[in-house]
Amino acid sequence: MNEKEKRVAAVVSSAVGTVLFASVFLTACMPAEKKATASSSSLKPPAERKVAPDFALKDADGRTVRLSDYRGKVVLLNFWATWCGPCRIEIPWFNEFQQQHRERGLVVLGISMDEEGWDVVKPYVTALKVNYRILLGDEMVADLYGGVSSLPTSFLIDRRGRIASVHVGLVSKSVYEREIEELLAQGESSGGRASGADVVRAGLGANGGGAQGARSVRGAR
Amino acid sequence: MRAPSEVRASRGGAAQVVIGLEVLEGYHVNSHTPADPYLIPLRLTWKPGPAEPVEILYPEPKLEKFAFAAKPVSVFTGKFAITTRFRIPATAPLGPAALSGRLRYQACTDSTCLPPRTAEVRVPLNIQP
Repeated sequence: MNEKEKRVAAVVSSAVGTVLFASVFLTACMPAEKKATASSSSLKPPAERKVAPDFALKDADGRTVRLSDYRGKVVLLNFWATWCGPCRIEIPWFNEFQQQHRERGLVVLGISMDEEGWDVVKPYVTALKVNYRILLGDEMVADLYGGVSSLPTSFLIDRRGRIASVHVGLVSKSVYEREIEELLAQGESSGGRASGADVVRAGLGANGGGAQGARSVRGAR
Repeated sequence: MRAPSEVRASRGGAAQVVIGLEVLEGYHVNSHTPADPYLIPLRLTWKPGPAEPVEILYPEPKLEKFAFAAKPVSVFTGKFAITTRFRIPATAPLGPAALSGRLRYQACTDSTCLPPRTAEVRVPLNIQP
């Protein structure tokens, strides 16, 4: 974690004889931009949405998954970790969303930020009966999405591959329900698929914004 | 990190190090004994050095209820301290030395968690005859 996100200062002083006293002050602060989005619950207007950076990550079976694989779908992209208590609350919600809205074009992708990798993630995912795809993340993909300095952090991505909302920290289930419903409704008249022009425009944006990061992610593995 | 004053210990004697910590208001860190195996415990470890850690004493954790957990979570908040008791071997080299350790911790609020971090701890030591 960098200095903006957390400062850990240690102040060490000695007392008499063989008794030492050391103080370590643990201070942590979220970046200002993260705080600003923590309570956001409304979708950004389509014209203000930025293209979600593409990435390539491995799933539990070793298959490479790219965000661009899901163009035309509404994607709930959730950064989480097994050690994150608030993240655990959301998992049953996301299971429910995936089951209820899969046919309408919702895809939930969970990006685990566990440093220990699949050894800890697989048993956890099994225990919680996660029904959506879990990918193993790293700092490269986190950087693509603004650093993801705290968890959970979730992005709702519209059918054109653009970020419609960001939630840092635990928000209520109803916020997700409302936003997912709204995003699913957008584009349903075209059968859940974006138009050809939309796909081209979004694809160019993803390449421009995410190609370098995707290479980095692959290179790191 | 502010350099500590020199601490003196005798060969064959004992030393005690108290690590005082303060967690920012609104945050908590998991205790050294979280009930949930997936939670990352607070852990102080010492590297091999001129003194042998005999015992690491953590304070009594608090059991606090959070919105994200059905059961109370074992945590530390605010100010607390960890004490380590060292034994100085009779054969320890005389003169200035240092105790080096690492403090592993992971902090959360009621709604969000920060990644686990490791803070380096270094305590200068001067071993006397």
